[in-house]
Amino acid sequence: MSYSEKVVDHYEHPRNVGTLDKNSSEVGTGLVGAPECGDVMRLQIKVNPQTQVIEDAKFKTFGCGSAIASSSLATEWVKGKTVSEALTISNTDIVKELSLPPVKIHCSVLAEDAIRAAIGDWKAKNGAATEAVVAAAV
Amino acid sequence: MAETTGMNITQSKHPLPDGVTLPIYMDNHATTPLDPRVLEAMMPYFTNIFGNAASRNHSFGWEAEQGVEKAREQIARLIGATAKEIVFTSGATESTNLAIKGVAEMYRERGNHIITQVTEHKATLDTCKRLEKSGFRVTFLPVMADGLIDLEDLKRAMDDQTILVSIMYANNEIGVIQPIPEIGKLCHEKGILFHCDAVQAVGKIPVNVLSDNIDLMSISGHKLYGPKGVGALYVRRRNPRVQLAEQINGGGHERGMRSGTLNVPGIVGMGKACEICAEEMQSEALRDQELRDHLLNRLQSALDYVRVNGNMEHHLPGNLNMSFIYVEGESLLMGINDVAVSSGSACTSATLEPSYVLKALGLGDDVAHSSIRFGIGRFNTRAEVDYVADKIIEVVQKLRELSPLYEMVKEGIDLSKIEWAAH
Repeated sequence: MSYSEKVVDHYEHPRNVGTLDKNSSEVGTGLVGAPECGDVMRLQIKVNPQTQVIEDAKFKTFGCGSAIASSSLATEWVKGKTVSEALTISNTDIVKELSLPPVKIHCSVLAEDAIRAAIGDWKAKNGAATEAVVAAAV
Repeated sequence: MAETTGMNITQSKHPLPDGVTLPIYMDNHATTPLDPRVLEAMMPYFTNIFGNAASRNHSFGWEAEQGVEKAREQIARLIGATAKEIVFTSGATESTNLAIKGVAEMYRERGNHIITQVTEHKATLDTCKRLEKSGFRVTFLPVMADGLIDLEDLKRAMDDQTILVSIMYANNEIGVIQPIPEIGKLCHEKGILFHCDAVQAVGKIPVNVLSDNIDLMSISGHKLYGPKGVGALYVRRRNPRVQLAEQINGGGHERGMRSGTLNVPGIVGMGKACEICAEEMQSEALRDQELRDHLLNRLQSALDYVRVNGNMEHHLPGNLNMSFIYVEGESLLMGINDVAVSSGSACTSATLEPSYVLKALGLGDDVAHSSIRFGIGRFNTRAEVDYVADKIIEVVQKLRELSPLYEMVKEGIDLSKIEWAAH
């Protein structure tokens, strides 16, 4: 099959590959997919506790080129966004940006799941603190 | 953890060695390139010698017929048959359909049971499934972890209703060679006919229908450096004389077993291809195996977590099927896009199911997804093999830097203990 230029670009030059300290309270980790399905994504975010801005994001993905590209793009997009802004990223945005064919839509779904899982993990770690900050801001 | 952003996966840092032009073709189980000597033999049959081989009353027909009969001899000689036992078809899929359906229909009175095995080519599996719908009973034998069938399983599956056993000579994905003479012997002891899909074996390793106890055998032109669109079915004429119910009617060509005007240039080409194989097979097998072993050694010494799929002792010389665990096969293919090989991953298919052959060996889907099939053939060079090895090593290492699974395993995490959310 042929890949779009953007998929090839992300595959050849993946952005934000790496690992953040999963034990840090500022870091949320999302691990989604399954080896037997042929793709596993791990997306990590580092959130500023004051501003709730995602200051850093890293990923590692086992999967096809479209899965790698989807997760690479997801890290680019979440960086600089607040946690609640990041939650508005949907898989259809990823499909559009990367021109994914129908058989690769599941890769974009997985990337969206990874963002949500990472944010969910960070929230679980910071539940009380987060609400306090939100309350103070209001 | 080192920052790996900015790495470049597909652009190799190695300069192109002498004698290597891209892209490299290393998928010789899918098809083989036409040998130039074969093309040369075929050319006159596209131009001056255009007659219908069935035209009995003029020289145009006679010349075409001579070409066909010479090819029949060349093919028969390669497999230890006689010319009259060769029936030309459009390819091995048709040969296999004719063999299995032809026997089923002809021997229906004697029994309704057919035995085959799970790693057969779809031409065999789908034909058998079709017969199941019309009342035949089919046993699909399992294979062992190395891809071989267990002869005891075969013996146990045989009963007084069994009319046909269909087992392939060598597997198209994992290159494993089944114990064909023993299978044939078991069949003959019980008066059961034995069909063998020998598409990957003929021309690559010695095949002899007499010593191998084969009654029907499918052969393809384009897998042995001949043209596409032509194949043959060997049909034994003595001990026992095999009869087939014809599946295509219309003129009674090929002793009534396969009607239709013969593809004369294709047949001439297949004949020439078989003649070349008969002369060169021995040295070619040694060369292909040497290249294959070189590739295997290079990959095994440079990379951890690799797995060789299929029994390597009973193995086609040019085949290598390897899993690069914790790397997904399609992403690996994407990184070596100037090399033509195949992956056991079916990530592009709607079902997302990996190779049924690898799964039949008991491989997990994750390992099957990580597999690559290399098919080394007549026109591959050592320089090409080295280029492919360099490229695979480089891309696997880079993709593993990207792989969360590889990182977790390196940290000592047991992946089987993780609760994965299957999707």
